[in-house]
Amino acid sequence: MVDLSVKIGDVICQNPIQPASGAFSWEYNDVIDLNRLGALVAKTICREPRLGNPTPRMAETEAGIIQSIGLPGKGIDYFVENIVPEYARFKPPLVVSVSSESIEDFAALSRELSVPDVDVIECNISCPTRNTSGGNFALQEEHTKEVMTAIREATDKPVWAKLSPNAGDIVSIAVAAEEAGADALVIANTFLSLKIRTDNFRPALGNKFGGMVSPALKPIVLRMVYQVAKEVNIPIIGVGGVTKAEDVVEYMLAGAHAVGIGYAGFRNPTALTTIIDDLEIWCDERGIERVTDLIGAVKDDDMEMDPLVAASHGV
Amino acid sequence: MTNLAPNEKYTNSAIRPGEPDPYPQKPVGEYITDVVSNNWVNDEYKLMVLKAPEKALTAYAGQFFHLLCPSPDGAEVWMRRPMSVYNVDKSAGQIEFLYKCEGRGTKGMGTLEAGDTFNVSGPLGIGFNLDPAWKNIVVLGRGVGLATLAPLSLMAAENGVGVTAILSARKTELVMSEDLFKGIGAATIKVVDTDGSSDVSNVEKILEGLILNGKADAFFTCGSSRLLKLMQTLGKSHGVPGQVAMEQIMVCGFGACYVCMRTFEVDGAQTLRRVCREGPVFNMQEAVGW
Repeated sequence: MVDLSVKIGDVICQNPIQPASGAFSWEYNDVIDLNRLGALVAKTICREPRLGNPTPRMAETEAGIIQSIGLPGKGIDYFVENIVPEYARFKPPLVVSVSSESIEDFAALSRELSVPDVDVIECNISCPTRNTSGGNFALQEEHTKEVMTAIREATDKPVWAKLSPNAGDIVSIAVAAEEAGADALVIANTFLSLKIRTDNFRPALGNKFGGMVSPALKPIVLRMVYQVAKEVNIPIIGVGGVTKAEDVVEYMLAGAHAVGIGYAGFRNPTALTTIIDDLEIWCDERGIERVTDLIGAVKDDDMEMDPLVAASHGV
Repeated sequence: MTNLAPNEKYTNSAIRPGEPDPYPQKPVGEYITDVVSNNWVNDEYKLMVLKAPEKALTAYAGQFFHLLCPSPDGAEVWMRRPMSVYNVDKSAGQIEFLYKCEGRGTKGMGTLEAGDTFNVSGPLGIGFNLDPAWKNIVVLGRGVGLATLAPLSLMAAENGVGVTAILSARKTELVMSEDLFKGIGAATIKVVDTDGSSDVSNVEKILEGLILNGKADAFFTCGSSRLLKLMQTLGKSHGVPGQVAMEQIMVCGFGACYVCMRTFEVDGAQTLRRVCREGPVFNMQEAVGW
């Protein structure tokens, strides 16, 4: 039987399947066994208690949903005291996600989150709805470098940088995060989007802009993971449009160590564990002994071509 | 687990027909149920009857299921649709939904026929509760809101609590579930737009009469912000407690995504609550209309 375990830096996950931050909470324990997941990923926490954005917070479009939640939460103190213990009841490593508008506060929050039950700090430097220009610190290299450097100095916990698909050149952002000391990269957050209702001419979301979530995004994010994996030496968690085991395989072939899943868990509450089951079957049927053998195993260096087409290659 | 290679026949890794509930020990399930029937009850509403596993039969009044509706138009329906349970028939192993074919989800649901399968998740949320001190309750619902109040009335009747049901609709032909309310011995009062009897001022008179006659130990409502406000006002001035079942656009159904928020006022301060997790049934006095 295939060994599904993966190591993301020093963090050992029993399989490469984890929920995406924001799309998951310990309440899913009502329907699936959370101890089966590769990691648990809490919703992004901020220093201050936040109500979040005005409703409606979700709208359906032709090719997926757009949503704008606004990072609701009861603040850092409540989180450490009450939410972390909710997750600590379960075995998989706990990834906490954090966001702030200032570099100093980002660092301070990371320090305060460095409690024993926390295994990883995911730096959500890319929430698309925190401000309307797209991401916070994940759109320009120098911003990414500055914030990740400050966080790196503030904590000994592994830090994962969650990047924005709205950046012009995500590869340079990824390299900046790695150079600043990130232990892994989460690629990517949601795509900044807009829907306008034609019945009343108003934006469909209370916050106007939202982040798009959809299987339609998978080829785009997969391309980003592939490009970044060629340029960095730290693990990547691919997030975007995973709804089946083959999607996990695709992300791993492109160079990811693991995947984060959001939409599929909304559509099918049991999807995450079903994908784990299916991934095991998929590997066993093909005699793959370790799922890690798939990482970066895409065959892209000996592409077979028709001779005439090959003659024009590179033109 | 089946022996099928993933994706050999399915487009995603989801629970498949014929597969058992993977986590029978969990309170909530995702199941593929069989459609027993799905017939029109009038020009606008349909009644769906599903053969459902035992865990689904634990649903009680006010709780809901999250329904993976098929598409009515060839384009994708991306999210589930929450729907309160209309009836649970434990002996037949069936759950029922009474719904208006209005949006894309419910229109798609309307296309299902006996013999089809339907993926539902639940039971979810916190439903109605009856204080043992209440001897007579008043339920006031408009349109499809009555589908939510019907099982509550049944629960009340089973516990020996008297029910007065005020059924509001645009016109007489669209008054829902009158037979069901009569069947459990409820006093029913129909009010409709066509003769003006559904006006707030008239409903107010009816409610005041019920309070005077000792028929209103508690108020229950669903489906109309206007009627909610009326019951809140009367409930406050006459000291009648109440509960309201609320709706909101929903995504996960488990309390994870924080999409289905509504505003509530508690001790003078406004707060947001998740309809799926803290509700969908709330203390009437704390609800802020929509």
